[in-house]
Amino acid sequence: MQVKIVSKNFDIPLSHTLDVARANGRYQTLETLFSKSPDAIISEVEKSGLRGKGGGGALTGEKWRLIPSPSDKPTYLVVNADESEPGTFKDRQILEFDPHLLIEGIICSSYAIGAHHAYIYMRGEYVFWAKRVQEAIDEAYEAGILGTHVLGHDYALHVTLHRGGGAYICGEKTALLESLEGKRGHPRLKPKGKEPEWFFGCPTVVNNVETISSVPFIVREGFEAYRAYGTPESPGTMLFGISGHVEKPGVYELPYGTPMTKVIDELCGGILNGGKLKAVIPGGSSVHILRADEIENITLDYESVKAHGSSLGTGGMIVMDESVSIPHVMKNLFEFYHHESCGQCTPCREGTGWVDAILGKILDGKGTKKDLETILDVCDMLNGKTICVFAPSVAFIAQSYLKKFKEEFEALLK
Amino acid sequence: MSAFALSPENAAKFQALLERYPEKSSLMLPSLWMVQYQEGWISPEAMQFLAKKLECSAMDVYSVASFYTMFNLKPVGKVHIQLCKTLSCMLRGSGAMQAHIENRLGIKPGQTTNDGKFTFSLVECLGSCGTAPCMSYNDDYVENLTIETLDTLIDKELSCK
Repeated sequence: MQVKIVSKNFDIPLSHTLDVARANGRYQTLETLFSKSPDAIISEVEKSGLRGKGGGGALTGEKWRLIPSPSDKPTYLVVNADESEPGTFKDRQILEFDPHLLIEGIICSSYAIGAHHAYIYMRGEYVFWAKRVQEAIDEAYEAGILGTHVLGHDYALHVTLHRGGGAYICGEKTALLESLEGKRGHPRLKPKGKEPEWFFGCPTVVNNVETISSVPFIVREGFEAYRAYGTPESPGTMLFGISGHVEKPGVYELPYGTPMTKVIDELCGGILNGGKLKAVIPGGSSVHILRADEIENITLDYESVKAHGSSLGTGGMIVMDESVSIPHVMKNLFEFYHHESCGQCTPCREGTGWVDAILGKILDGKGTKKDLETILDVCDMLNGKTICVFAPSVAFIAQSYLKKFKEEFEALLK
Repeated sequence: MSAFALSPENAAKFQALLERYPEKSSLMLPSLWMVQYQEGWISPEAMQFLAKKLECSAMDVYSVASFYTMFNLKPVGKVHIQLCKTLSCMLRGSGAMQAHIENRLGIKPGQTTNDGKFTFSLVECLGSCGTAPCMSYNDDYVENLTIETLDTLIDKELSCK
């Protein structure tokens, strides 16, 4: 069931060190890379259908094409290593076990978009991983893999690691860029048309760690090799992180299109302590919850999960057994969203707190039917009235909990 | 107002970082981290100092420092225990861990023990969902956390003079 493209070296002892990484194929892509034009590399990635693995699933090649070429301003690549969506813990595997794959991916991607400086924005809590990646960057500089002439080629690239300060919203790419510029992590207004991102007014691409780490395989083996896995719309593989009530939680690299039940029952050893499945949140906490009876025919690709009323998101699946109280789950998540709302837009800043407070009241046994209606009213206020997608996501998930597990909420009302 | 200054080592680091960003303002978060590692927290004096270094107002520094949960705007204990409370950790028993920490240390989330050894905080998702429950013990993650691990760590710290 598993296919190891990105995770190929994870189990090799000392895979994070340069010597071992090189002995196991790292940086071998660079000869192929520099034998082609940047445009040819973008075309290869476009044809591969590589989709962003940070949650949105946008086409990577399409994103890269938004960079003006030639550009009269410097171009930047920013790697989003701010992994903080609840249920998501996949990028850290790359950072821990194969940081040189990430650097190799950064070189390929930067070359394609014409960037000479790349930033890795990593969540502040990942101290161990920041040290690990910095060591890899230092090793790469010493070996001449980074610097003024990448492996002796006429191409300069610098990589700088930047630590965040503990803010979920900085995983949103424009908030991340604000933060990288030294400000509060407030998402920016979206432009009307398609544009690149902007770092100090310079055209910039922001890509997730796993996305970037998938690039060397495509450059080396070609787009068809990548498309040999997955589905036509969701080609390739993804690192899926499964947590919660399963016997063997963890990160597994799987081709898109793998049946969800097979992953839970076989790879993860089934529900913890022989329990019974109640619900799954399939792609990080910000997607619709699915009841056990809804997942039977789901395969893990963007289209299938969407057709079943949720999203593949980050591939971080949270599995819950029948002992779980859904109102408590929702309260837990609303404490999260209330805490993590950046506060820029009033409906989000206030609304998440209201829902949190109302849920607290319901769990205390003091809730009424009117309170459930108020939550839905607040959802209307959250949806479509804010700068970024945080509030609409929160509104949608609130609606899904109330709709799918209505009786559990009603049982708590006085 | 008592003076604050970056240590010579951090001052050199600041200088070196200047070359890695197109604009000075990007040094805001790296500078706040330097201050926090140097002093354990970010004092108003340190913010005044950084404002001069970064050519912005002290209020700009405060605005940023107060936005990010990891920056301590008041001193914390020698050990800062930050227990993840989000869903995957909740499902795997973070509630019992919280009760045990509160019981052992005699403090609630957000408080510091009288001897200044421990500060206890509840935090949102640490990205350790597959090895839940998880806490951060100063800079280190402790994954697959158990009551026994907690006791070992707390006992070890308590036995330190």
